[in-house]
Amino acid sequence: MIENSASKLLNGDTCLRTSNGKKSGRNGFVKKHCLHQQQKCHRPKEVSHIVGHNAVLYNKPFVESFEETPLLVAVLTYMGYGILTLFGYLRDFLRHWKIEKCRVASERDEQKDFVPLYQDFENFYTRNLYMRIRDNWNRPICSVPGAKMDVVERVTHDYNWTFEHTGTVLKNVINMGSYNYLGFAENTGPCADSAAEATVKYGVGVSGTRHEIGNLDKHEELEKLVARFLGVESSMAFGMGFATNSMNIPSLAGKGCLTLSDELNHASLVLGARLSGSTIRVFKHNNMQSLEKLLRDAIVHGQPRTHRPWKKIVILVEGIYSMEGSIVRLPEVIALKKKYKAYLYLDEAHSIGALGPRGRGVVDYFGVDPHDVDIMMGTFTKSFGASGGYIGGKKELIDYLRTHSHSAIYATSMSPPVAQQIITSMKCIMGEDGTTLGQERLRQLSENTTYFRRRLHEMGFIIYGNENSPVVPLMLYMPAKIGAFGREMLKRNIGIVVVGFPATPIIESRARFCVSAAHTKDMLDTALNAISEVGDLLQLKYSRRTRLSDDEEADHLSYLVSYED
Amino acid sequence: MDVKNLCDYLGWLYYQYLLITGIYVLEPWEKSIFNTVLFTMVAMVVYTSYVFVPIHVRLALEFFSGLFRSHLSISAN
Repeated sequence: MIENSASKLLNGDTCLRTSNGKKSGRNGFVKKHCLHQQQKCHRPKEVSHIVGHNAVLYNKPFVESFEETPLLVAVLTYMGYGILTLFGYLRDFLRHWKIEKCRVASERDEQKDFVPLYQDFENFYTRNLYMRIRDNWNRPICSVPGAKMDVVERVTHDYNWTFEHTGTVLKNVINMGSYNYLGFAENTGPCADSAAEATVKYGVGVSGTRHEIGNLDKHEELEKLVARFLGVESSMAFGMGFATNSMNIPSLAGKGCLTLSDELNHASLVLGARLSGSTIRVFKHNNMQSLEKLLRDAIVHGQPRTHRPWKKIVILVEGIYSMEGSIVRLPEVIALKKKYKAYLYLDEAHSIGALGPRGRGVVDYFGVDPHDVDIMMGTFTKSFGASGGYIGGKKELIDYLRTHSHSAIYATSMSPPVAQQIITSMKCIMGEDGTTLGQERLRQLSENTTYFRRRLHEMGFIIYGNENSPVVPLMLYMPAKIGAFGREMLKRNIGIVVVGFPATPIIESRARFCVSAAHTKDMLDTALNAISEVGDLLQLKYSRRTRLSDDEEADHLSYLVSYED
Repeated sequence: MDVKNLCDYLGWLYYQYLLITGIYVLEPWEKSIFNTVLFTMVAMVVYTSYVFVPIHVRLALEFFSGLFRSHLSISAN
């Protein structure tokens, strides 16, 4: 069975997801392979990169699974959306004829004959589908979003159009949604203390850019530390993670350049690439055949019409993809980048601190040389419990960015307590604070991740992504289950994040858990029991490959082991 | 006891129906519209099949038996 799947993977097609363009084209299609790869009982994991010479590049098994949507579930999901859409039209009809009060923005009478502002699909979706389950998002919380948090209770009397706070607070809700991978989002401990000291010394606001009177010694210290942490020559810190991507890519690429972007890249990368004015081509998610084909075509054909060679080719990838929980195939990307002499921009927003034996992100995870990555970008928002982002790389690159990047020239520099929080937490991870606390957190995170993923898998849920990724998407599929899952989990005192369109393809709605080092085993068990209970209630245990028979299991394991060396 | 179990089971079944059709998220009046429409349709289907299926079955039987008989008579010749 397994060999069979491996040979299928060789042709490179069965393990691909359908091409999803950047526009609405990515919605509404069942993944191609789930239609033609129907097999009997259990579907083998789609373990890629066990293939031929590529396996040499990896120092550990690379196990990533995207179990296909069961056909019946896909059909029922479409049916559910169909019914909701019909009711959406009904409500729009009532609103149009003033039978029902319209509570959303609409064109004024004077503007009737202009191009409509509020009629596209996403508006329809917001009005008629999102509004009905809106209580699952934007919930105010009133404590530090650590392993546990306090949630402000709110009620609605008009089906989510308005909310009222009841005045009560839901105490000690287990937080499974924050990107608090290493548990540094806390209000006690050395990080919080040092941040408080920095506040006393410097204040909170800086009121100036780095070029003017906003360049503190803390920022210089932070940048040196980040460079040392990453193992690169130089680095630069920015006050906002999103802007780090969207404002720096335009200064790195421009007209006549080619940007190759993964189809599931974060909006900040997409925005940055678009702002740069370069030509953008999208390759299939984490698919090296697709990337190689694009690279080859780009070099063979050059720019469209003129056929001049591209000025530069930049590959944009992320470390951990936040909606899929997959990890970039970095060794292969680096091999391709070297072969075709392209540049590599690696966004480590989720992976920095969360992956690798020393917490150095995906570079550390695969044990590759950081100098092989031209532009190392990451954020302080997640593992470091602060905010902002950085770019690391060669000294020339950083010097160039300092004078050309919009987020360096025009943005207020980072707040000193934030910088201090990053410095202290980073030193903790590096072990420079004289404790092994950082190492313990890293170990705890990896244990928690393995445990949480394994238990969910055993329960029979469909979970996506790499087995080492702390981002754990659990598939819900049906629109009503998004709302029901969030509500039922909060009833059981667990705060989670549910995700639907437009963040995911329309039928692949999911709940996304972020495992943290701050979670104790008890908390995880409580959460897992609640998830299992709700999973039974909502019939979410879709997976058809949980009950591997013993020999199949052994087969599977030996298969993995053979690639370990 | 059994009645209670049955009620629970029916409640669970209704909940699944709400979730799968997606009407879980609708407002009560919309739910009742959907249920009414669905119920009417199912009732009509059941009624028409009750009224027409026996007739069609009888006609079909007659047709096939006629064929069979004529076939027999042909082969006899």
